[in-house]
Amino acid sequence: MIEAKNIDFYYGSFHALKNISMTMEAHTVTAFIGPSGCGKSTFLRLFNRMNDLIDGIRLTGECLVQGANIYGKSVQVDELRKTVGMVFQKPNPFPKSIFENVAYGLRVNNLGDKKFIAQQVEESLIAAALWDEVKDKLKKSAFELSGGQQQRLCIARALAVSPAVLLMDEPASALDPISTSKIEELIHQLKKDYTIVIVTHNMQQAARVSDKTGFFMLGELVEFSETKKMFLNPEKKQTQNYITGRFG
Amino acid sequence: MNKESSQRTAFIIFRILGIIVVSILLWILGFIIYNGMGVISWEFLTAAPAEGMTAGGIFPAIVGTLCLVAGSMIFAFPVGVMSAIYTNEYAGNGWIVKFIRVMTNNLGSIPSIVFGLFGMSLFVNTLGFGDSILAGSLTLGLLALPIVIRTTEEALKAVPSSYRTGSRALGASKLQTISRVILPAAFPNITTGLILSIGRVSGETAPILFTVAAYFLPKLPTGIFDQVMALPYHLYVIATSGTDIEASRPVAYGTALVLIAIVLLMNLLAAFLRRHFSNKWRAER
Ligand SMILES: Nc1ncnc2c1ncn2[C@@H]1O[C@H](COP(=O)(O)OP(=O)(O)OP(=O)(O)O)[C@@H](O)[C@H]1O
Ligand SMILES: [Mg+2]
Repeated sequence: MIEAKNIDFYYGSFHALKNISMTMEAHTVTAFIGPSGCGKSTFLRLFNRMNDLIDGIRLTGECLVQGANIYGKSVQVDELRKTVGMVFQKPNPFPKSIFENVAYGLRVNNLGDKKFIAQQVEESLIAAALWDEVKDKLKKSAFELSGGQQQRLCIARALAVSPAVLLMDEPASALDPISTSKIEELIHQLKKDYTIVIVTHNMQQAARVSDKTGFFMLGELVEFSETKKMFLNPEKKQTQNYITGRFG
Repeated sequence: MNKESSQRTAFIIFRILGIIVVSILLWILGFIIYNGMGVISWEFLTAAPAEGMTAGGIFPAIVGTLCLVAGSMIFAFPVGVMSAIYTNEYAGNGWIVKFIRVMTNNLGSIPSIVFGLFGMSLFVNTLGFGDSILAGSLTLGLLALPIVIRTTEEALKAVPSSYRTGSRALGASKLQTISRVILPAAFPNITTGLILSIGRVSGETAPILFTVAAYFLPKLPTGIFDQVMALPYHLYVIATSGTDIEASRPVAYGTALVLIAIVLLMNLLAAFLRRHFSNKWRAER
């Protein structure tokens, strides 16, 4: 489904990712953990080419999504970003209505007529477990929602263009415990239909939501295995230290 | 002095200074209203000057100023907004952008009489527009450009970058992101720039002196190549070189009052638009 082969990535002269290879199966949740600044977000942004927006980056190696090299010459980046959706750390709804937020991706990509858009908005909000809370105020500003609701709105917004992959960069780190558990619940639900990659600083969260976990340190992928195995019986000493909190 | 009393002293000084500034402003306003109110009448607002500009009205000058404001904004607003979009959203942060910024700021500090001379040389003579609304509007537009550019840039900078990444991550192009998310979000603040420049433009005398303003022209313009009277220039004329300066003094105050009223009205309109659009999607900052 998603495959990274010998990825090396540079911000200018800074070597941010060092020879990383990893495969993620369809309909699984993969978690990335590791200390701050180790390259988790950088690695995640490779798969929807959001790093392209940064000046002075350089990349070697191969990135495959659904078998196609996403850094190939013929790839249309805007198309790729429809297939690979993203949810950010801080909820970032647009200053538009709830409806228009979810419809945005469909509109900019010229997908569907009015009826289709309305239907897609409803389905996405249902899938993001937000529909019941907002169905009576779709025309209200998205800023009237709570932080947790805003984040689920951003998830709905990403789902509306029917992606295959969902990248989530610490999607719950700005939220309260109840909103966090709702998001985690949601990730469980979404796994049926999407391939999910999530960055998290919360060990328990990684353990709860993911099938496989990758542990990064200083730009290297130290260990990548089944989440259960990773947390019960890690292979590397560094991993052991990190997940038991004896890192540093 | 302890912390508390020095804080209190500072506060009192600030407050007094604030009151002084406000009172000066109110004094000017009151002075103009007091002296100008007497001549304001329906005739004053709708008739042409008469009897050597000591009587009659100032209608042609009102129309002229409105034409020049509209003309200069039609030029300066799109050009200014687009160049701000270019420097802020497209051009990155290289030396070209820095150079453009420095030049824009310099342009803003050039005395307006210099704009007048430049406008006369380029628009009136070289391009052959003659003394006309077109030449005057373009000259005033140049004057307004730095204000529009700077306020638009500030407005764009105030838009959180998370809107940009959020939009791009959904497959929107850069242009779509700008037109559908960034500009609407920046709109209330961009309006401020528009209004500031309207205030500036409607009060300027020097740039229109050699490019459009007529000393006395009761006839209304019929096209962009006509000359017009304009409020600030009319005020200058009747205050300094009318046929009977003493007799036309009330007319001068009346003209000043109308000019101020127009600018205040525009500011009110701007404040209203701003409120209206920012309330619509109460942006969280
Ligand atoms: N735009 C950028 N330009 C230059 N260097 C960057 C940029 N973004 C990140 N880096 C550097 O790359 C390294 C990896 O950053 P990244 O954001 O991927 O880390 P992370 O693992 O996501 O950290 P965190 O857990 O704090 O989010 C860091 O050392 C960071 O300083
Ligand atoms: Mg990160």
